[in-house]
Amino acid sequence: MSEHIGLRGQTWFAALTGRKEADPGDPKSVLSAEARIGQETGLFLCLTPNPESRFPCVRDGQVGLEEAYALAAHVRWAVKEDREKSKSQRRPFIAIVDVKSQAYGRREETAGIFLAAAAAADAYASARMAGHPIIALVVGHALSGGFLTHGYQANRILAFDDAGVMIHAMHKEAAARITRRSVADLERLGHEIIPMSYDVRDFAKLGLLYKLLHAEDPLHPTATEIEQVKQALAEAIEDARAGSTDLTDRFASTEAKAARKAGIAVRTLMEAQWQ
Amino acid sequence: MIATNGIPAFVNRGSFIELNGRERAQALFDEGSWRELVGPFDRVQSPWLPLQGVAPQADDGCIVIKGEIARKPAVAISLESAFQGGSIGEVSGAKMSVALDLAARDSAAGKLTAAILLLETGGVRLQEANLGLAAVAEVISSVLHLRQYAPVITVIAGTVGCFGGMALAAGVSSYVVMTREARLGLNGPEVIEQESGIEEFDSSDRGLIWAIHGGEQRVCMGLADALVEDRTDEIAARVHGYVAKGLPHVHRSQQVALYRDRIAALDASAQIDPLQLRQQWGSEKSNGET
Repeated sequence: MSEHIGLRGQTWFAALTGRKEADPGDPKSVLSAEARIGQETGLFLCLTPNPESRFPCVRDGQVGLEEAYALAAHVRWAVKEDREKSKSQRRPFIAIVDVKSQAYGRREETAGIFLAAAAAADAYASARMAGHPIIALVVGHALSGGFLTHGYQANRILAFDDAGVMIHAMHKEAAARITRRSVADLERLGHEIIPMSYDVRDFAKLGLLYKLLHAEDPLHPTATEIEQVKQALAEAIEDARAGSTDLTDRFASTEAKAARKAGIAVRTLMEAQWQ
Repeated sequence: MIATNGIPAFVNRGSFIELNGRERAQALFDEGSWRELVGPFDRVQSPWLPLQGVAPQADDGCIVIKGEIARKPAVAISLESAFQGGSIGEVSGAKMSVALDLAARDSAAGKLTAAILLLETGGVRLQEANLGLAAVAEVISSVLHLRQYAPVITVIAGTVGCFGGMALAAGVSSYVVMTREARLGLNGPEVIEQESGIEEFDSSDRGLIWAIHGGEQRVCMGLADALVEDRTDEIAARVHGYVAKGLPHVHRSQQVALYRDRIAALDASAQIDPLQLRQQWGSEKSNGET
């Protein structure tokens, strides 16, 4: 499955924006384009593998230093451009997510990849707090630091209901090694303990998703499916504008109220004890 | 150095590292001003660990203390590395983000409330995987929210260090205080060796680890703000100083153009020499202190 990482991202970026290539000033792994969505123009951002990257540990589609700072720069540029507009007029951002995690490299650690990832999360979250709707469209993998850098600060998260979609804190093999379990055990455990599951339908039970989308084959979407996704994105944008600019909406769904009881209990108790 | 009572001075220095997570947080506050919120007697613990045969803890390894620092309202959130390596689960993560949100609510209403994050953690607790990762995203968001009004000060004392998603929380903080023993990075050495091979990172090479992730390196290259000795009084004084100072002119994670240019100027054809990078980046101020 891992050989497909990035292909779905490219496919959907092209389907939604009509563009395929990175800007000349960007690394080839960072795709950005403005395109119509609903009645307005949004900024679409997507990461894709660059096998020729000068940083060896990002060549399979991981998020590295250049990727994270390029994302942050794009978001900040657009936020600055919209600064004088009223909150409801500020453009939406659509993060198309198909990322294989952060780069596991010595160069990256030496040059502070933690700050690069923080700068990207900062840019997205600051845009959200300034009223920009941030929508994450998970079309493939959304793993670990890769998702924290690109997508997880969104007001609304949409994902395909598809076996090729995986949202998780760590990929299976590594998680199995670190928790000293077999991959089979880990998969079995995932069915019993929802937050450990690698299945997007289980992820949906956590209440973190706005909507599950359907495409027969997300790598080869039909024109109708593309229209349906555009429609869903436009609805998500509208819903985000009507909601909170922080992430508290993620606790509001019926699913979240069941799956995140302990987290909700913390909020109630601490509010009562605060003064 | 022998003190007059016969006890060597280093014994009496008041080590911060030797304190547990709760004592560390308490040590930062004005005497008699603090209390713990959602403490162990409230028994909000992980619902997920017992399902996997792991004993939960009544505070989930996260201690929230509210009080006054330098006579200003403040809240400290401390991770206990002795419980599950300080990892972030549903409950510990919620404690962090809710405390930050409430500090932001007070700050927005005019009662500026600084937050201190005492981070000793390997990142997401894998037994709570997706709820841990979600909680980390929420903590980052909550730090950024509070940071609009009042400073968020991260202290990494050691010896676990701050890795994984919580390194992003450190990255978006207003100030980062580190000891020489402390480490800060996205991926720990073991993870890199496992994922990319021993030739990429030899996790048994302690010299290499501290040359890259160590407190002295992070401060000298401008990715952290203050290098402190492992002394409780010195760390508390540094935290007081930042609480009193308030927000920096610009936060480090906002300086995208500066760091993008720095990365563009790197020679990536070979491994990067940490000392050289320290000289290159450290000579320029990057925290709006100009």
